[in-house]
Amino acid sequence: MATKTIATKIVQVNEEGFMTNPAEWTKEIAAEIAKEDGIAELTAAHWKVIEFCRKEGMTSGKAPTLRQITSGAGVTTKEMFALFPKGPAKKVAHISGLGKPEGCV
Amino acid sequence: MTEQTRKVAFICSKGDLDMAYPALVMGWAALGNGIDVTIFFTFWGMDMIRKTRQDHLEVAPLANTAMKMSMMGIKGADNAGIPNIMGMLPGMTAFATKLMKDKMKTLGVPPIGEYLQMMVDGGAKLYACKMSVDMFGLKKEDFVDGVIDIVTAGDFMDMTEGAQVIFI
Repeated sequence: MATKTIATKIVQVNEEGFMTNPAEWTKEIAAEIAKEDGIAELTAAHWKVIEFCRKEGMTSGKAPTLRQITSGAGVTTKEMFALFPKGPAKKVAHISGLGKPEGCV
Repeated sequence: MTEQTRKVAFICSKGDLDMAYPALVMGWAALGNGIDVTIFFTFWGMDMIRKTRQDHLEVAPLANTAMKMSMMGIKGADNAGIPNIMGMLPGMTAFATKLMKDKMKTLGVPPIGEYLQMMVDGGAKLYACKMSVDMFGLKKEDFVDGVIDIVTAGDFMDMTEGAQVIFI
């Protein structure tokens, strides 16, 4: 398993750069990965989504799908694509330290 | 960043409930992964974007060799076909359609209209085929809001330059 140093912390990642141990995740790591994904600053709206994903991910062990996020976190699809442009499904999971979402919707 | 955004275009030509979903599922996955999505609706595929038809797509058991009794809820009947004579009975298409819709609902898959709206919100571009529109005697107002325009096949070719095209 590969490791990567993100925000001065060494974490385990898979070949696509997704963290494999969600317990290693910190808010600083999230901010760092967000920058890597083209999001300069995480706002309160971003955190609302990330926190929902963290909660879901820690209970189910899986990253929620986009539709689970929009229906669960009270964010619209439009907002999701505006907050995490160009691939919100992947980006949110990436930033939240979870694997890629496994569902199709 | 010199990397070009990947583009996918779907041509939806079918108006059956089961044939409506492939483009929706794949298109939604594409948007979620940051891929540009364009959908061109032609022929019966236009039913997916017609206000009066969108929520009434059906799946028919008649002459559908892949649809087996097991799908009608009879356990273990994977290879027992639905006799065509049964498929002919009034109500059979409605029954099969209801079963499929219920199944989709339990899986959390939204109905066609809601799915397409979600995709439009995610940036998918929807177009109707000019020739089909003329043939069916339709107008732009007959389509749901997300449909950008009625375009020719040539326009479609122009707007999908460099895209991967999937015909359904």
